[in-house]
Amino acid sequence: MRNASLPSIRLAKRTDAMNPVFVWLIRLCSIILALLIGSLLLAALGYSPIDTFATIIEGATGSSVYLRQTIKIAVPLLGCALAIAPCFKMRFWNIGAEGQITAGAVGATFFALNFADSMPAYLLLPVMAIAAIVCGGIWALIPAFFKAKWNTNETLFTLMMNYIIIGIVRWLQGGPWENNGPGGKGSQKIAMFGDAAKLPTVLGIHCGWIIILVLTVLMYIYMQHTKQGYEIAVIGDSANTARYAGMNVGKIMMRTMFLSGAISGLVGFIIVSGADHTLSANVAGGVGFTAITVAWLAQLNPFAMIVIASLLAILEKGALTAYRSLNVPATIAEILTGFILLCMLGCEFFVNYRLSVHHRKEG
Amino acid sequence: MEGILAFITTLFVFSVVNGTPLLFGTLGEILTEKSGNLNLGVEGIMFMGGAAGLGGAFYYEKFVGPQNAVSLVGLLIAIACAFLVGALAALLFSFLTITLRANQNVTGLALTIFGTGAGQFMGEYMRVQEGGYISIVQKAAFESSPFPAFLRDIPVLGPILFQHSLLTYIGIVLALGMAFFLNKTRKGLYLRSVGESPSTADAAGINVTRYKYFATVIGGGISAIGGMAYITGIAGGVWNHEGLSGVGWLAVALVIFCLWKPTSAIWGSFLFGCLQILYLRLELPFIPAQIYKILPYVVTLLVLILSSIRNNREKQPPASLGLPYFREER
Repeated sequence: MRNASLPSIRLAKRTDAMNPVFVWLIRLCSIILALLIGSLLLAALGYSPIDTFATIIEGATGSSVYLRQTIKIAVPLLGCALAIAPCFKMRFWNIGAEGQITAGAVGATFFALNFADSMPAYLLLPVMAIAAIVCGGIWALIPAFFKAKWNTNETLFTLMMNYIIIGIVRWLQGGPWENNGPGGKGSQKIAMFGDAAKLPTVLGIHCGWIIILVLTVLMYIYMQHTKQGYEIAVIGDSANTARYAGMNVGKIMMRTMFLSGAISGLVGFIIVSGADHTLSANVAGGVGFTAITVAWLAQLNPFAMIVIASLLAILEKGALTAYRSLNVPATIAEILTGFILLCMLGCEFFVNYRLSVHHRKEG
Repeated sequence: MEGILAFITTLFVFSVVNGTPLLFGTLGEILTEKSGNLNLGVEGIMFMGGAAGLGGAFYYEKFVGPQNAVSLVGLLIAIACAFLVGALAALLFSFLTITLRANQNVTGLALTIFGTGAGQFMGEYMRVQEGGYISIVQKAAFESSPFPAFLRDIPVLGPILFQHSLLTYIGIVLALGMAFFLNKTRKGLYLRSVGESPSTADAAGINVTRYKYFATVIGGGISAIGGMAYITGIAGGVWNHEGLSGVGWLAVALVIFCLWKPTSAIWGSFLFGCLQILYLRLELPFIPAQIYKILPYVVTLLVLILSSIRNNREKQPPASLGLPYFREER
């Protein structure tokens, strides 16, 4: 079809693996291209691109305070990208991470609100984490069950699940969980957590970053070196092959989705307990969606996710500084992120396909 | 009795106002999904459409002077600007997913991230440039009915049939037109076959790539008009990103709810519009307002589950929805 309209360009899927250095060079080029397009936009709007980018980098990494805030943004993004990886490897399009984070946060918050006074931190925090894991896992298990049993479209199912749990949190915020303390009634806000429910800090950042880094290594091992990781890869390549090989595809699907939701739930716990110290409907704040693009662009490789999550976190934190000092609208972060994501998505084509130009003889 | 009737009429009118942006968003996505493309960028596209439509109408008024501006011209310019921006965004989506073969889900989400940012940026930028907030002055064509007063004043029937804004009627005509196109024309049949089984369509000599491109680009443009309809119709001609957020996702849900049928989108969007505002008008004991708001999603989920359990062929998503089609790889 394509060749019919452009007879002189032929494309073929690369059969040999490309040199990995070259591959990452292409991806780097696509990021640079995205930043160039962003520069053009900034220049057209009357802002100096060089000043803006310098401010973004300075604002994100220039001091230890800034750096900590940047890492705080990167942690949930990386954690959630890890959660996405096994599903997408299996070609199970789970776009419900946003809701699974929120479900986990709800589970953790239940214990934080009710037991912060009666339980010591070393007991309460694990309980909160487990509650978050279970809630997030169950929220992901529901669509997996219907997919396994009746082949219900999982993309649309997981998407709907996001808005249901976010709506439930809105209700909790203004209803049963609303702050009962002084000035709390009618605030539509849930009370701040007691000290026992707050994650301790290590090097000035809540210790969620350690949990997520450990998880990165574990996820790499799980995907590359375990039987379950292998099963996921086989289903991703061909569900029928997996069936012929005797795998219980439905069961593996549900197991993998539970795992994915559990990690997202854990991220929800880290956000409420480490960063926000309370629960709001905006707890996931789009992380679940952005993380999907992070995971995909990292080729589902946990270590590459660290790089991409950091890059997006730098943009987001730096853009706030650029807004304050240069009056560039802070939404420029989302636009630049969008450019980077779209350019990187496009560049994968050149990694996977070989283009060759043929000069057709007119005759 | 009269009170109840008046209440229902008012509720209906407001449901239609609230449903109009959803109607456009849904119709665009139906056309897109009929070609087998699942464009999750609707949310972003509607943001950009809202900002572009507002900008188009505002700068038109500024150019000719607010007093001289003709409201209908402003509306047409707003529609054109929104459509153009939405079509361009969908063209980018098509280029990435069809030509460069990127994953549809991921590309759609990236487009949403980009589009919500870009829409908000445009809204903010115009506000900063013009000093203070910008709004449309001549709102007649955006808000009031195109029908003469004697029709609008018919009791009960008047408000229900003749009191809606011009955009609503355009949306309804568009839905009927789209239903006719999909079900009664050859091109519509070809488009559906591309969405159901691209390899079969390809073997039958249908240009799969072209159909996918056209459906997605035009669909994106139509969805974007929905964003414009929200900003000019509900937000009162002022940029309001908070109100607009989530409308695009609701449109994606609505596509499922009305089982990919443009005619069902008409009443479906009015019903969803009703559910969005019902809590303001009808307080039921035991059902908190926020729970009302998730009803559209719950109902959609039930429709999705039931249709997959029943496995009725008429009520399924297009068979190749979200799946890539690469001729060499089948």
